[in-house]
Amino acid sequence: MQGLIDALKEDGYRVIGPQVADGAVVYDELESLEQLPLGVIDEQDGGVYRLARRQDAGYFDHVVGPHSLKRYLFPPQETLQQLQLKDGGWRVEPQQFDEPPLAVIGPRSCDLHAMAIQDRVFLEGPYVDPGYRARREGLFVVSVQCRRAAATCFCHSMKTGPRADHGFDLALSELDDCFAIEVGSERGGRILAAVDGWKPGAPTIVDRANDQSSQLERSMEQRSTTEAAPGAPKLRQLDTQDLRDLLLNNLDHPRWEQVADRCLACANCTMVCPTCFCSSVSEVSDLTNEHVRRERTWTSCFTAEHSFLTSGVVRNSTAARYRQWLTHKLSTWIDQFDSSGCVGCGRCITWCPVGIDLTEEVAAIRETTK
Amino acid sequence: MSKISEQHATGSTSKPTLAVFKFASCYGCQLSLLDAEDELLAIAHQIEIAYFLEARTRALEGPYDIGLVEGSITTEHDAERIREIRRQCRFLVTIGACATAGGIQALRNWSDVGEFIQQVYATPGYISTLATSTAITDHVPVDFELRGCPINTAQLVELITSLLIGRTPRVPNYSVCIECKLRGTVCVAVAQGISCLGPVTQAGCGAICPSFNRECFGCYGPQELANVTSLCERYEERGEPRDHLVRLVRNFNGYAPAFRAAGDALEEESHG
Repeated sequence: MQGLIDALKEDGYRVIGPQVADGAVVYDELESLEQLPLGVIDEQDGGVYRLARRQDAGYFDHVVGPHSLKRYLFPPQETLQQLQLKDGGWRVEPQQFDEPPLAVIGPRSCDLHAMAIQDRVFLEGPYVDPGYRARREGLFVVSVQCRRAAATCFCHSMKTGPRADHGFDLALSELDDCFAIEVGSERGGRILAAVDGWKPGAPTIVDRANDQSSQLERSMEQRSTTEAAPGAPKLRQLDTQDLRDLLLNNLDHPRWEQVADRCLACANCTMVCPTCFCSSVSEVSDLTNEHVRRERTWTSCFTAEHSFLTSGVVRNSTAARYRQWLTHKLSTWIDQFDSSGCVGCGRCITWCPVGIDLTEEVAAIRETTK
Repeated sequence: MSKISEQHATGSTSKPTLAVFKFASCYGCQLSLLDAEDELLAIAHQIEIAYFLEARTRALEGPYDIGLVEGSITTEHDAERIREIRRQCRFLVTIGACATAGGIQALRNWSDVGEFIQQVYATPGYISTLATSTAITDHVPVDFELRGCPINTAQLVELITSLLIGRTPRVPNYSVCIECKLRGTVCVAVAQGISCLGPVTQAGCGAICPSFNRECFGCYGPQELANVTSLCERYEERGEPRDHLVRLVRNFNGYAPAFRAAGDALEEESHG
């Protein structure tokens, strides 16, 4: 593992990976194996995230934390352009893309599916985002195959996991006595060849890694359909059958007002969502008006500015904003990008301060339309 | 917002004028203007600081183009003075929790001020005060409110810049949570079980307290669609005593309508 970090650094990558900070497993600069969260798991439920120590837990038995690849490929704040008034005219200072390429250790299958969705938004439409493209082309992904699921996970429903089968350069499976590594790209193979001490594994190791993933998938199916042990939360699931039409046919359902009684319109769900891509662009001038920056900042459909048109704010209530978010995520996203906007990572459930659960909201609407 | 420099209150072609007024407050928000060290010279170059007693003794007569008002209304005399100031200022901007919501001194609004006066002052007869501390907007129309305890210097500079240019200031009314997420702070309410007011509080400070593993204290007042009741119910469910929650929402902005209503409801439930 240390050999992999060193080989990536040697190749010019800035390496980030999971580590414990402020009560969570977050991404940060990774120098050494020692920084990884060995023996730590995360217990998650609606509005609750707690770290716990577990004797048999390895380096990667936590699942997804508050951060995702989004903040590295589509940063929260970015200066797109600068203008300087010089000799009576405006001089444009174009955006520089000279950051070193990034290698991320730790993204899960759901995260890779989320990245593929953001690729569609930023790269595959008629307008390509140059910053995103530069960062994305440089990105080296060392994915991790989950062997544990939090109660908020539902990748098995969204067909986005638990096993990552593409979208990575390397994929790690943590076994009890070693790591199995799958190579997903040419440069993945090149980096692996440069790692001290790695050797091709016996076929049995590959089988063990695959078994681990299938076992988790079976247990997720089972845990989401049977009653959980007393005191333990049941694993989420989302019935995706006709989901697009289910929501669009129920725009006046009373459930939208009911969820608005609980919803804080705080925007946490959209900020932690690895696919939400809304941003606001403003021209920021200084007092002398000789220097202007064009800045892009993450924003959310839960803010007033998001639906501000010339006549004012169009979506004035929390119910309207929640409905906008959920119907975009699960319904109109399909029309727009040919896939659901949800990858079943469960971040919006965990990081909602009052624990609003989209799977529960969908189930409640489905229940009344049977 | 129209461009302030096009036609000045004074009718002259010189620089637009700025005046800073103080009511019941601690001077902290006025100080934010002096704290704008990097921009202060540029500000002084663009506008005439006509009346700012904390900074200079020279005081020019009104009318003024921009009036910044710090502090709340706590006396009859102040209630009269703000009406005159309103007449003197083209753009009246309230700055800080006292001016926008009554401030920490609005805690008196839930108590008997007469009793305080009897206990605190040797000669209560000399004291002439109102029973309440109220926001400037309760007395005169206000053109813009800058929230905070104290206000954020960058937001103040942005406000002055936007008035000079004639555009809407970039002062978001969304939650503090967005600022936490922009800077990458892990949510203290979810990961540590801390009762934090961030989800119902307006952004502006840059989410300072949660970045030090502390709760948001609501310095910038309620965000646009603050659902304080839902948040408090959640905190209560997970074990926060109701009297703690009342104290949490009755803070610097406790008398702002959304916080006031939630605090009153919590108190009523515990008594009822």
